[in-house]
Amino acid sequence: MLRTEEMLLNVGPQHPSTHGVFRLVIKIDGEIIKEATPVIGYLHRGTEKLAENLQYTQIIPYTDRLDYLAAMTNNYVLCHAVETMMGVEIPERAEYLRVIAMELGRVASHLVWWGTYLLDIGATSPFLYAFREREMIVNLLTELSGARLTFNYMRVGGVKWDAPEDWIAKVAEFVPYMREQLAGYHELVTGNEIFVNRVKGVGIYTKEEALQYSLSGANLRCTGVKWDLRKNEPYSIYDRFTFEVPTREEGDAFSRYHCRMEEIEESLKIIEQAVEQFPEGPVLAKVPKIIKVPKGEAFVRIESPRGEIGCYIASEGKKEPYRLKFRRPSFYNLQILPKLLEGENMANLITILGAIDIVLGEVDG
Amino acid sequence: MIKDLLHSAPSLLNFGIFFGLAVLLLFVVLGFVTYGILSERKIMGFMQMRIGPNQIGGKWGLLQTVADVLKLLIKEDTIPKKADKPLYILAPVIAFAPAFMVLATLPFTDAFQFADIGVGLLYYMAISGISTIGIVTAGWASNNKYSLIGGMRAAAQMISYEIPLVMSLVGIVLITGSLNLNDIVAAQEKVWFIFLQPVAFIVFFIASVAELNRVPFDLPEAESELVAGYHVEYSGFRWAFFMLSEYVYMFAMATLTTVLFLGGWNSIPYLDFIPAAIWFGLKFSAVFYILVWIRVTFPRIRADQLMEFGWKVLLPVALANIFLTALIKELINLF
Repeated sequence: MLRTEEMLLNVGPQHPSTHGVFRLVIKIDGEIIKEATPVIGYLHRGTEKLAENLQYTQIIPYTDRLDYLAAMTNNYVLCHAVETMMGVEIPERAEYLRVIAMELGRVASHLVWWGTYLLDIGATSPFLYAFREREMIVNLLTELSGARLTFNYMRVGGVKWDAPEDWIAKVAEFVPYMREQLAGYHELVTGNEIFVNRVKGVGIYTKEEALQYSLSGANLRCTGVKWDLRKNEPYSIYDRFTFEVPTREEGDAFSRYHCRMEEIEESLKIIEQAVEQFPEGPVLAKVPKIIKVPKGEAFVRIESPRGEIGCYIASEGKKEPYRLKFRRPSFYNLQILPKLLEGENMANLITILGAIDIVLGEVDG
Repeated sequence: MIKDLLHSAPSLLNFGIFFGLAVLLLFVVLGFVTYGILSERKIMGFMQMRIGPNQIGGKWGLLQTVADVLKLLIKEDTIPKKADKPLYILAPVIAFAPAFMVLATLPFTDAFQFADIGVGLLYYMAISGISTIGIVTAGWASNNKYSLIGGMRAAAQMISYEIPLVMSLVGIVLITGSLNLNDIVAAQEKVWFIFLQPVAFIVFFIASVAELNRVPFDLPEAESELVAGYHVEYSGFRWAFFMLSEYVYMFAMATLTTVLFLGGWNSIPYLDFIPAAIWFGLKFSAVFYILVWIRVTFPRIRADQLMEFGWKVLLPVALANIFLTALIKELINLF
């Protein structure tokens, strides 16, 4: 008998498929993973601590840098928390702009996920196709906010700027275009035998496990739990739109893929309806220049592309929060990784990690 | 001319001529690699809605590859401290030398071939197997865990795919009755073997992509998993040698596919006024284009699925093809 040895392998923090500075220490026997230990914190910037010395409006740009692929949702969750505590009434037009921006962000975020996931699996073209469409969304959001990724667009009480002229028309044009491209994506990838073989039955967990690990977003819905905060606890104006919550039963990487792809379609539906109903009016409510939140605490949660993003504020009635905490979905979703990787093949490592869809800025906070 | 030279007495002049011819072939191949890479990048660019190289050497980027190679030449040659130094240096040579050696027997046209040996096909298969040793050596000598996994994958892949590759060709050998590549081309004057041996062609083509370590079978490199696989520690020109051998193999494999299945330089009926070299070039380019097309389209297959596919699908199909070919041939002989 040949003597075999377990090998300790450092995957990351500099690795093409860890989607940022994520480090994974794995013990492998041949190509089989025996144990995996995630090491995080390489991108930790202490957002929550920094926020304790900042005024509320000043915190907004910091939230952009959490989940930098869907910064609009992060903007929103902070503003939403402050607005909830202050009891501010938001103008209609601002709400619509917020929803359109957030849903565009969701589509863009899922597109990046789709492209990079396929890149992880070894296909180079989908990445470029996805980024072509994402570029259009980024351009739309740039017109709105002036920035490509770190938008800093929303404010307590509304949004910073009104949409430029024709912007709504451009968004309306984008929706059918995106639908057409989405059909092309499915033709190229979804039915591909190699792809299906790579992702089907990989990284399976049950409904109970998903709930125990506090997973959210597509990672939860892929096990059959129909839970989407936009539907279950409607915030903003989401109760005005008709859309479905896509779910799957299998709980494997392929079902997560399906959930995300269908979420793009649902987001497009919401954008379409929002564009139709788009009202006139002001975009910023009357709020004081220096925002002071009344003494107390509040926790709000909304549905980000990656799952439930929450914001907890404890205020002592000052300009700055006493304590600010974000529930960052990527961080929670990542926790199931060591369990999923045990006994898996090396090649499945990236399939599983990619399917969780983490953004390191959010994991590390 | 080459035949006469082979049978003449050894002398310094003959050696000189042989050497000169070999250098000429080297330059032809390097020329191909230069423009092969460029055209691959251009085709990929076209398929991915990019422009591709367009800066160096006019708007077609004609000198892009030359510039890339020059850059690689002047790059620092690093050898990891803990690497097995002699093997580390030797590995790119082992990988590259056979790639060039196999070109000797490949007939490009009826007049342009270096060594018309009786077992040309066997020679190709035997020599091309050596390159894998270079890859495994590189994986081992780098003393890097990623490259070790890459090297091991390369070894496993070679064993699984060399066999169906050879088996798929037995049918052709049965029909032709020869392992000589010129005879095989001559036998296709009326019908190309792609029509007589369609199953063999499919098996051969899939196995050849696997042999070339290209997408969807690029597991030894597997950029997203193993960073760069077996050549992760290599830099500068040593790395270029691995890339070079990959592209020379691509050249050789496209040539071999043309010769074995597409009738080599034979023209299609009524178009025989077009020179043989052009026919060859057209067919060769078509094969090359399809290889690039595959690279752009497919994701990577997983290591265990690759093995399964090789042993459980390709090999039985290739064997069945041999059986069927032999049976049909016997039946035709009977009546």
